Amino acid sequence: MKTPEKHIGKPMNRVDGRQKVTGAATYSAEYELPGLVYAVLVGSTIAKGRLTGIDTKAAAGAPGVLAVVTHLNAPQTPGSKPTGKDPSQPQTTGSALRIFTDDQIRFNDQPIAVVVADTLERARYAARLVKGQYAPEKHQTNLEAGKAQAFLPTSAKKNPKSPMNDYQRGQADAYKTGAIKLEQEYVIPTEVHHPMELQAITAHWEAPDRLTLYDKTQGTMATRRDFAKEWGLPEENVKVIATFVGGAFGNALHSWPHESAAIIAAKVANRPVKLMLTREQMFTMVGYRPHTWQKVRMSATADGKITAITHESIGQTSTYEEFTESTLAQTRMMYQSPNLTTRYRLAALNVGSPIWMRGPGEATGAFALESAMDEMAYLLKLDPLEFRLRNYTEQDPETGKPWSSKFLKECYRLGAERVGWNQRQLAPGAVRDGDWLVGYGMGVGTFGAHRGSSKASARLLPNGTVLLQSAVTDIGPGTGTAMTQIAADTLGLAPAKIRFEWGNSDFAQAPTQGGSAIVNTVGPAVQEVCLALKDKLRELAGAGNAAFASAKKEDVIFADDHLTLSGNDTARASYADLVKQAGGTAVTVQSKPNGENGQKYSMYSFSVHFAQVRVHVLTGEVRVSKLVSCADAGTIINEKTAGNQMKGGAVGGIGMALMEHAIIDDRFGRYVTKDLADYHVPVHADAPDIQVAFVNQPDPYVNALGTKGIGEIATIGVAPAIANAVFNATGKRVRELPITPDKLV
Amino acid sequence: MAANPEPDVPANHNENRRTFLKQSSLLTALALVPAPVVSAAEAKLDERVAESIEKVPLSLKVNGKKYKLSVEPRTTLLDLLRENLHLNGTKKGCDYGQCGACTVHVEGQRVNSCLSFAVMHDGQEITTIEGLADGDKLHPMQEAFVKHDGFQCGYCTPGQIMSAVACVREGHAGSADEIREYMSGNICRCGAYSNIVAAIQDVKQGGQKV
Repeated sequence: MKTPEKHIGKPMNRVDGRQKVTGAATYSAEYELPGLVYAVLVGSTIAKGRLTGIDTKAAAGAPGVLAVVTHLNAPQTPGSKPTGKDPSQPQTTGSALRIFTDDQIRFNDQPIAVVVADTLERARYAARLVKGQYAPEKHQTNLEAGKAQAFLPTSAKKNPKSPMNDYQRGQADAYKTGAIKLEQEYVIPTEVHHPMELQAITAHWEAPDRLTLYDKTQGTMATRRDFAKEWGLPEENVKVIATFVGGAFGNALHSWPHESAAIIAAKVANRPVKLMLTREQMFTMVGYRPHTWQKVRMSATADGKITAITHESIGQTSTYEEFTESTLAQTRMMYQSPNLTTRYRLAALNVGSPIWMRGPGEATGAFALESAMDEMAYLLKLDPLEFRLRNYTEQDPETGKPWSSKFLKECYRLGAERVGWNQRQLAPGAVRDGDWLVGYGMGVGTFGAHRGSSKASARLLPNGTVLLQSAVTDIGPGTGTAMTQIAADTLGLAPAKIRFEWGNSDFAQAPTQGGSAIVNTVGPAVQEVCLALKDKLRELAGAGNAAFASAKKEDVIFADDHLTLSGNDTARASYADLVKQAGGTAVTVQSKPNGENGQKYSMYSFSVHFAQVRVHVLTGEVRVSKLVSCADAGTIINEKTAGNQMKGGAVGGIGMALMEHAIIDDRFGRYVTKDLADYHVPVHADAPDIQVAFVNQPDPYVNALGTKGIGEIATIGVAPAIANAVFNATGKRVRELPITPDKLV
Repeated sequence: MAANPEPDVPANHNENRRTFLKQSSLLTALALVPAPVVSAAEAKLDERVAESIEKVPLSLKVNGKKYKLSVEPRTTLLDLLRENLHLNGTKKGCDYGQCGACTVHVEGQRVNSCLSFAVMHDGQEITTIEGLADGDKLHPMQEAFVKHDGFQCGYCTPGQIMSAVACVREGHAGSADEIREYMSGNICRCGAYSNIVAAIQDVKQGGQKV
């Protein structure tokens, strides 16, 4: 018998590729429902204060208008009542901003009304006729000013074990006594996710107590839970569908005001309602990477051993929600520093809440840490790679536990070789090519290899194909494709005979897509459900044929739509017959929820990014001419989609390093960057041919597949790699992103 | 496909123009009257003005299919395709012509359909992503995007592909750098740029008719 072909690791084309290239993929604003109407939001024009009045008469009388909803006439739902809880509850899930419930304005462009009309044009026009009257109060949107009132997050105050608490190992602030000292501040501005698909939702009350949402979300079950809670409905009465999600990068990890507004609008208008935000609204009400100030103080011995690090961070949050992220996590475990102090604080401003943006806090923290590493290496007159090797950790210095796996040295070697690190000059500004200065830099990234709880369901159909279902979403990494490959190998079935369906809260339980945890979590559930399906088939075959019942498990062969027995030419059971035997429609199994395992190891993915940049001597223009990203992410399920994900994360890092900057005019507390002409993201011409290398060594502990996760480490460490390369090229150290030409000339 | 689409242009072209001018002067007059009058009239008059703006007849050929439509002059080509014709393959990413997700071909030229009023295209031939394949047979550019994984979330993909086809036809796919320059109007936030360039180069070098 030939060994079934293996699919894990292969560069298989995406299972939904055809839909994506033909326009057949349906996103959340593209569901045709009978009687569908359009909703447009009206935002506040002040950042803080009170609505003293709202004139909706003109809008309500405009042609085609079906409803104008404000706090004065919105139906009050059980979940919209103030809970009286502190702003850390709920932290970053749930629509913490209850809209249309009171007259309070908490940020500029906060929705104050939603207008529903029979066409998009009419809704848009009528929305412009709604006028709010305000009693403004003095607002604060400036982080520098807000820093004075920075505070320890409530979650840390309540829970001494929270990683948001101050951390200390060795001696406190020991950098003061080190031989070689460094003390620098680093700032990243507010950055906005800006997925190409605008936030959109289609809300449909199928009955007074049954709600279906076609929604741009990373978690169908989390969204279901949030809105069931908001309306006081049993969860099974709410269905959330997110088959295709047009990018998110963290932006859809939270339930936002516009979703609540669309659901309210659909209720009031008694029609299915479609609401798509404008690009301008994407800045104000659906999260962003928070403006963050950091200070790193580091000391080292003259021979390049780090003796102490103190890393502090203050990130902005809103006044109604405490958003926290792991800005200081990498500092605590990446390098062997005996003395280490971290302090994490928040500054509450009159802005909308932030939300994790790709690589989240770790990418912010890595900009400071990895820049500081480069600065220290320069002070020590050491190659930055050599400096990192001298402080390499063979076990987690934060917990003292061994790594479940760590092949970061292998990544260093692969990346240095590919970028041509040996061309790098220790002295900055030493390489000039015509009008361009050339430099090299590196940055390291790490992110926890998390595995959450998940189930999966599998059904063998009479035609011998298998249908798998999971509530998980696929926001672009190729989840459906990876799961198909995992199932194909587990079942010994061709991928073409497997159909993996996702993006529906009615399917088997799965976590929200985020934190690089989906393959780690849903992958094993798919594997387990496929094994359970095989057990069930063996059992059915055994009931029909004694030869199967007495056979050893390993002698049963699954191939060509049949079960056969090794060494027995007559025993044969077709999948179709087994389905008939099981009752006719399908053989269905559901795996038990699995979860995080192993408290004995520290589990992380690792990456290193090497950049070569060219900086124009006259204009200060920075071009990333080479970018090499190497990852230790455990087993790679699909070389093609995984490589694509790494490249995409690197492009995100280019944006972070060189252009992304959402600017608020503090006089008005309103963003002046309001579209993609003001807020620049990388375009084709900004992206070089990015090279990717995977170590591709299975992790023995995270799960049976050996995966560790890719999404975040693809971005973490890229921005400092570029900033360090700019320093190497020019001798100019930019500690406040983005590195725009004005900072270099 | 017929190079010269049958002109289903309405006979009342001039009539429309006259109506438009009349309405424009009404709006101008409104703008000139003193503020108190405007505010007194605001609640009702502008609604009447809005209502009086008639829908305009429009004939289009989209993906080879003829449409005789009646549309508001303020409807963009993008919204017409998505909301009226239910051709949702063309995507809305910004509505300002900055992202390229809405790229379609108008008379063979790539156009940001969000920056273009539908009524500007009377009698013209539009091709969207839904009209690119030949039945079940994918266009070579679609094939190449699948093969090179020239996308992740898929949202910018229709625009990228429509733009890529035009880029090759225009003769702007001579090198990776030239492709990057001439594809820079199409943003991919997932960052699949390297793969998109590889797909375009593959098609260009494959020499197939695009």
